[in-house]
Amino acid sequence: MNEIPQTSSIAPPPLNPSASSAQTSTPAERAGPPLWLLLELTYRCPLHCAFCYNPTDFARTTEELSTEDWLRVLREARKLGAVQLGLSGGEPLTREDLEIIVAEAHTLGFYTNLVTSGVGLNEKRIKALKSAGLDHIQLSFQDSTREMNDFLSSTRTFDLKSNVAALIKQHDYPMVLNVVLHRMNIDHVEQILDMAERLGADYVELANTQYYGWAWHNRASLLPSRAQVERAEQATARFRQKVGDRMRVFFVVPDYFERRPKPCMNGLGSIFLTVTPDGTALPCHAAKMLPGLDFPNVKNAGVDWIWRDSPAFNRYRGDAWMKEPCRSCPEKHKDFGGCRCQAYLMTGDATNADPVCDKSPHHHLVLEAVARAERAQVAGPGVTRPDETRVLIFRDARNSRTISGCNG
Amino acid sequence: MSDIAPTLKPAIGRGFRLQWEPAQNAHVLLYPEGMVKLNVSAGEILKRCDGSRSVAAIVEDLEQAFSVADLTNDVTAFMSIAIERKWIELRE
Repeated sequence: MNEIPQTSSIAPPPLNPSASSAQTSTPAERAGPPLWLLLELTYRCPLHCAFCYNPTDFARTTEELSTEDWLRVLREARKLGAVQLGLSGGEPLTREDLEIIVAEAHTLGFYTNLVTSGVGLNEKRIKALKSAGLDHIQLSFQDSTREMNDFLSSTRTFDLKSNVAALIKQHDYPMVLNVVLHRMNIDHVEQILDMAERLGADYVELANTQYYGWAWHNRASLLPSRAQVERAEQATARFRQKVGDRMRVFFVVPDYFERRPKPCMNGLGSIFLTVTPDGTALPCHAAKMLPGLDFPNVKNAGVDWIWRDSPAFNRYRGDAWMKEPCRSCPEKHKDFGGCRCQAYLMTGDATNADPVCDKSPHHHLVLEAVARAERAQVAGPGVTRPDETRVLIFRDARNSRTISGCNG
Repeated sequence: MSDIAPTLKPAIGRGFRLQWEPAQNAHVLLYPEGMVKLNVSAGEILKRCDGSRSVAAIVEDLEQAFSVADLTNDVTAFMSIAIERKWIELRE
C-alpha cells in the first residue's frame, strides 16, 4: 500500500447573509480531534512492491495487536472525534478478524475505508465486509499490463486484481483504483487510464511515489524525469476531456518537482493518527524514522493521552520547533514547513525546512536527485530494461532483514 | 436557481453519509477518504434530505423552524451546489 489519505475539511458557501456570520472558519486547531485514523493492521503482504512506504525494517515486527486491542483503539479514537478510518497494512485482508474490526468501526460511526491489493478478496469476504458496514474499497494496481503489474509488485496478481475489480462493482461499491506512478510506469498513464475505464472505474488516483521506506531505498530507480511527469500530466488532461464526468482522475504531482512543499499531514499531530501492527502510535505512517522521539504504544497508553499529551505527538505541533527559513516564512501556516520525514531523510535534521521548498538551503539536494533521474532516463519511453531489476530492491522479509541488519 | 422542481425528493448521495459530530459541534458529510464540515444552515438542510420529503416540504419546514420567510431561493441554490458535488441526488 502506498497511500497517503487526505482529509479535507471544507465549508460550503453560506446560504444567506445571516448564516454566513455564524459560520466559523477555524484556523487549524493544533490539538483538534484526530479526524483520520489509519490502522496498519499487519505488515504481512502477498505483494512485494518496490515503492512501498512501509519501513524497510518491517520484518523486525513479529507481533500484531489482538482483535480486542484494535477494537479498544477504535473506541478510544472515536471518543476523541476520529471519523475517517483507513484499514491498511501490509494487506489488511490477511487479518481474519477484518470483518469484526469493520463491524465495530461501523457501529461506532466511522466511515470505513479498506485499502487493499485485492489479494484475498473473494465473494464470501466482500459479502461479509459489506454486511459488516464497510463503506469503501480502494484497490491498488501497479500498471496496466500483466507483465508490468506483476513485475512491479514482484508477484502474479494482475488477473486476480481484474476479477476483484469486477467483484467490487457487483457489490455496488464505487470502483476506486489507485496506481502508484514512478519512472517505470509513468509513461503508461494513457494505457493505465484506458484499463481503468474498461474496468468501470469511477475514480482513479494516479499517485506519484512518495519517497519513504522502500521507495526511498529505491529512489534512484523510481524517480521519473521532469519530461515524463509533464507527458503524464498531458495524457491525464486528454483523458479527462474524453471521459468528462463519467470518471474522476486525480493526478498527485510528485513533490520533488514542486517549489513549495506539501502541507504534510496538515502538520504532524493535527488531524492524523496511525497505529502500526505492533501498536505503535504515529502522527504519520512514515514518522517512525524520526529520531529522538519515543512513540507511545496503545498497549500501555490510552489513545487520549497519546494524542493530546504524549511528548512525541506534541513535538511538531505549532511552529515553535521551526528553524529559518520556515520560522519567519509567511507561508508557514499553509505548508507547515512541509514533511518532517523528508527533511530528516535528506538533510539529517527533521527540524529543517522540507528541501522541496526552494527557500530551503538544502533545495539543491532535490534538484540533484532530479538531475540524476534525467541522466538515468533510458532511451525510449516505458522501456524496462532487464538490468533495472538488479537495482530494484523488492519489499519482502528477506530484504528487510538484510537492509536493517537483523538476523531472523 | 430555481430549476429544481419542488416536488422532487432529495436524498443523501450514494457513498456519502451525514452525521452529527459532537467533537466538531457540527454536521459533517463523510465520503471516501474525506469529510466536509457543514455550517449550520447546510447541516439543517441536508439532515432533511432523507428521500421522503419534497423540496417544497423541506423549505416549508425550514421556514417554520427558523421563523423566516422566502427561503426557496436560498435552499434551492444550496441544493444545486450539493447536487453538483454529488452530496445529494433528486428522486421522483
